[in-house]
Amino acid sequence: MSVKKIHKEQPETFEFSDKSMEAANRIVSNYPNGKQQSAVMALLYIAQRQNDNWIPLQAMKYIAKFLDMPYIKVYEVATFYSMYNLSPVGKYFFQVCTTTPCMLRGAYDLVKVCKNKISEKENVLSEDGKISWMEVECLGACVNAPMMQVNEDYYEDLNDKKLEEIIETIYQNKIPKPGSYSGRINAEPVNNRKTLLGNKNA
Amino acid sequence: MLKDEDRIFQNLYNDSGTDYESAKLRNDWSGTKEILDKGREWIINEVKSSELRGRGGAGFPTGLKWSFAPKEVGSRPHYLVINADESEPGTCKDRDILRFEPHKLIEGCLIASYAVNAHKCYIYIRGEYFNEGQKLQNAIDEAYNNNLIGKNALNSGWDLDIYIHYGAGAYICGEETALLESLEGKKGQPRLKPPFPALIGLYGCPTIINNVETVAAVPTILRRGAKWFSSLGRPKNTGTKIYCISGNVNNPCNVEEEMGVPLKELIETHAGGVVGGWDNLKAVIPGGSSMPMLPKEICDNMKMDFDACVENKTGLGTAGIVVINNDQDIIKCMARIARFYKHESCGQCTPCREGSGWMWRMLERMAAGEATPDEVDMLFDVTKQIEGHTICAFGEGSSWPVQGLIRHFKDEILERNKFDPVVKKNKNIPYLVDQHLLEKENA
Repeated sequence: MSVKKIHKEQPETFEFSDKSMEAANRIVSNYPNGKQQSAVMALLYIAQRQNDNWIPLQAMKYIAKFLDMPYIKVYEVATFYSMYNLSPVGKYFFQVCTTTPCMLRGAYDLVKVCKNKISEKENVLSEDGKISWMEVECLGACVNAPMMQVNEDYYEDLNDKKLEEIIETIYQNKIPKPGSYSGRINAEPVNNRKTLLGNKNA
Repeated sequence: MLKDEDRIFQNLYNDSGTDYESAKLRNDWSGTKEILDKGREWIINEVKSSELRGRGGAGFPTGLKWSFAPKEVGSRPHYLVINADESEPGTCKDRDILRFEPHKLIEGCLIASYAVNAHKCYIYIRGEYFNEGQKLQNAIDEAYNNNLIGKNALNSGWDLDIYIHYGAGAYICGEETALLESLEGKKGQPRLKPPFPALIGLYGCPTIINNVETVAAVPTILRRGAKWFSSLGRPKNTGTKIYCISGNVNNPCNVEEEMGVPLKELIETHAGGVVGGWDNLKAVIPGGSSMPMLPKEICDNMKMDFDACVENKTGLGTAGIVVINNDQDIIKCMARIARFYKHESCGQCTPCREGSGWMWRMLERMAAGEATPDEVDMLFDVTKQIEGHTICAFGEGSSWPVQGLIRHFKDEILERNKFDPVVKKNKNIPYLVDQHLLEKENA
C-alpha cells in the first residue's frame, strides 16, 4: 500500500507554479470540450511533482476548482490510485517490487538491505531525510527482476550488493545510472541471444 | 525456431535505434498510405483473415472487434483507445514496444483508427512507465512533424490525433471498462457489460480498445499479407507473440516466437534453461499471474498458444511465463500472488474485495503449515464463490491461480498442513480449536 494516510500537517494554500500551469493547460487541451475532468489524474501528478512528491489536500481543492468538478471526486481519485502520495516521502523514493516474479529472484534480499540501510519500517525517512522506501506490486519489468523504481527511473537486475552501492551513491548526493545492473542490454537474454543477431551485429 | 525475417518486432532489444529514420529502415511507414487507400472493408477483412487474436490476455479476434464499431459516424465521435496499462505480474512485453518500437504502434494506431472511424486515439500508459511514455511522446512528435499523423495524415484525407494518458498505479485499469472510467477522470472501477464499449464507451461514444502488441502487429500483417501471418502457428492461433520468460531461469528475457512453440523449447533455447536443470522444474505459470500454474509433467509437452493452454485448463493470457523451480516454496509463491490481488482489487464487488483477502490469509497460513486439512477444500470453495460473481474478469483472475495450485499441488499442501483443531495441546489457540468439542470430551 502506498502512503494513503492523509498527512497531519497540511499547508494552508496551494497554487500551480507557472510551469505547472502551462503543463496543466496543455493536458486539459488533450480532451474534448466539457470533458476536462479526464485531466484530473495528470494534474494530481503535476501537483505531486511540484510539491516535493506528495499531494496536500489544498492541492486537491485547487484542482477541483481548476477542472470545475466536485472536490470529493478529486479526493476519490487521489485515494484510489497508489502512485499518489498523500504524505511526504523522501526526495529519493525507493519502490521495491516484491511480486512473485521478483520474489523468485530475491526481491526480499533487497527489502532487507532497505531495512538496514534506509529505515527499519516502510515509508519512514532515512536518518538524513533523503530516502524513503516501500514495497510495491508488480512494476512490469519482470524479466529484469529483481528491480526497483527510484522516482521515475527503473533499476534492474539488482542484488543486495548492488543495491547497497546505489544507496551509498545517493547518500553521497550523486544519482546512480538507471537501467540494468547485470551488464545486459534491455531485455535480451544475457550471453545467450539466439534471435535477431543480424541486427545486433549490424 | 522462427526465422529472423518473420519477426515483427525487429528492434525488440534496441539494436538499431528508435527514431523515425531508423524505424523507416525497418520498413515502418512504408506503403501505409496504400494500405489506407484500400479502404476500411479491406483492412478489416484482411485482419479477420489473418486470424489475429488480441494480445492483451483474452484473445478476442481483432478483426471481429473492429467490425463491431458502427459503420457510419453518427452524432457521437468514435474513439480508439490503446491499452498500455501493462501490470500483469510476469508480463513486460508492451514496455519494450513502447520504448523501442514506438513507430510500429503509432502506425498501427493510424490504421486502426481509420478502420474504426476514429479521429482521436488515447494511449493509456501505466504511470510507472514514465520514461517509456516520454519515448513514445517523442515518437508521436516526430510523427506529427513528418505529417504521419495529425491533419490529413499521409495525405490520405484522414485526421488523427494521438494523446498519451498516464495511469497512476492501478492494476484494475488494465480491464477495458475500468480503463475508460480512469480515462474519464474517475476511480478505475469496471462497468457492467453490456453495453459494450464498441457502442457505448469513452464519454458514451463508440470506442475500440486494443492492446499495444495487437495494434503494433497490424501494420506488418497488412504489409506482408494475412496469408503470411496465418501461415505461422496453427489455425485460430496464428502469428507470432512476444513471450516474457522470467523467474528461475538462467537468462530471463523477452523473445518473439511463433504461436504454438513448445514451452520447453522457449525455456531451454531462449532463456538458457531452468536454474538447476529441467528436472529441477516445479511449476510454470504460462500466461501472467492470473492463469493457473502447471506442474512439470504438463510442461514437458505443452505448446504455447491460446487453445493448447485451454486444453490444459490454463490460459495463454499475456504470455508472461513465470518459471518456478524446486528451490522455491510453491505455496508461498501463490500466497504472494494472492496478496497482489488483495492489494489490487478495486473494491467494487464484495466477492472479490473480501474473497481476495481471504485467499491471501488462508494461503499465508498454509505456507506456514498452520492450516487444517479441511481448509484446503474451504479455500477451493472460496475461489468458486468469487469466480463468475464479479462485474469484471478480475474475479476469475484472482481465483483461477489458486484453483490451479489446489488442482496440481493439493498433496503438498495437505502434507504440510496437518494441524488438528481438536488436539488438546492446541487448546491455547482459541480461534483455531473447536472449544465445543474439547468440552464434550471433558464431560
